[in-house]
Amino acid sequence: MHHRGNGAASRLWKDSRMTTAQRPQEATVAHPDSLAIPAARAAGCPFDPAPGVDRARREEPVTRATLWDDSPVWLVTRHEDVRTVLGDPRFSADATRPGFPFLTAGVRELAIKSPSFIRQDDPEHARVRRMLTADFMVKKVAAMRPEVQRIADDLLDAMTDGKNSADLVTEFALPLPSLVICLLLGVPYDDHAFFQEHSQTLLSLRSSTEEIRHSSDELLAFMTRLAETKRQQPDDGIFSRLVARGELGDAEIASLGRLLLIAGHETTANMTSLSTLALLRNPDQLARLRKDPSLVKGAVEELLRYLTIVHIGVPRVATEDMTVGGRTIPAGEGVLCTINTANRDEDVFPAGDTLDVGRDARRHVAFGYGVHQCLGQPLARLELEIAIETLLRRLPDLRLDVPFEEIPFRHDMGIYGVHALPVAW
Amino acid sequence: MRIHADQEKCCGAGSCVLAAPDVFDQRDEDGIVVVLDAEPPAGLHDAVREAVAICPAAAISVSD
Repeated sequence: MHHRGNGAASRLWKDSRMTTAQRPQEATVAHPDSLAIPAARAAGCPFDPAPGVDRARREEPVTRATLWDDSPVWLVTRHEDVRTVLGDPRFSADATRPGFPFLTAGVRELAIKSPSFIRQDDPEHARVRRMLTADFMVKKVAAMRPEVQRIADDLLDAMTDGKNSADLVTEFALPLPSLVICLLLGVPYDDHAFFQEHSQTLLSLRSSTEEIRHSSDELLAFMTRLAETKRQQPDDGIFSRLVARGELGDAEIASLGRLLLIAGHETTANMTSLSTLALLRNPDQLARLRKDPSLVKGAVEELLRYLTIVHIGVPRVATEDMTVGGRTIPAGEGVLCTINTANRDEDVFPAGDTLDVGRDARRHVAFGYGVHQCLGQPLARLELEIAIETLLRRLPDLRLDVPFEEIPFRHDMGIYGVHALPVAW
Repeated sequence: MRIHADQEKCCGAGSCVLAAPDVFDQRDEDGIVVVLDAEPPAGLHDAVREAVAICPAAAISVSD
């Protein structure tokens, strides 16, 4: 866990810069005539999409860009066009199809060697998804509210016990969804350091293919051992019930369990800390929420829109010649839907670059769009609502404990956020 | 207003239940859409239109 947990923000930041220097082969190649992906954000604007991609949205909304290996990819940047692509099965999510775009060599390794249903098309995708939809449906998740609230309160009790400062990521934002997903899946929380560390490696854009392979194998072996335990001693958790169905092979079970575990903690953890930081940087919006907690539910949608932590793009490949935004995307060519720029599209969200917790932001595409849209979104919403409401209520003097310029943002990760968030109260 | 929900297309994301909880629910066994009120009163029409707009699978439609 080299990015997180045991040091000041400034040290973490230096560590991650050193890692870049050590791995020049992972750096993106700049092309004078084509935007290199991932594109860099502007200095001092850590909440805004990369200027190059956001400019494309305004000037050439369906445009060519270049990936790490110099392969070309289409960027689809506007809200309407993103919905068109993600809503059309002729844009395939199958990572084994030629032309499918990958963000790094490691991501390609992961998607091809141990595929999961998020990188498959229907009917294979729907078959697996429907094994899980009941567990994440709105009323089932709503019933978890008291449990999630208790976890949030316990974490804040421990964080504030005799102290007036902490790293919000390690003490609250990360353990909250980790505890919840462990409970839901039936994964022992005692193993959290292990699975959090390997998840970080899988999500890092700087991990070498060897590092990805190692962490991938470690997590698959962990889930395989857990599946065996559940066969011997079944319980009511999601993972045990998936094993008991007997419809999935051993490799499929392990890969699905790993996906649920990672998706279940990394995303909400990063949304929680980044949301807190965004509110601290927008004191007028923070004051509105403190004054009227009934705004929190809508604020969660707005924060999802404004921050869009899946910040590089959602990949697809065209299976036929397709016309999007007036451009032809030929069959076999890769597409990245930049949902972060779509969520700033002024045609749908006036003054889209402004955080406005009173806005109706429900049409955001932060969870994606189409049949692959995030399965866990009711759970993410519940966790974020409880996390933000509880944090604001219990810590009325919450503030940053380092200068804003020292916050280590996750420019180097597939899921955006902060590596650490030193706060005081 | 009459609501049509396609249970084959539905991907169980639950957006409709959040947008219009008096009109939509999810099946206990698999989370797939259930229409509670196929001809909802006028006061719920805006909420239903929002559910139609945000459904990721375009599984809900309305007719007059």
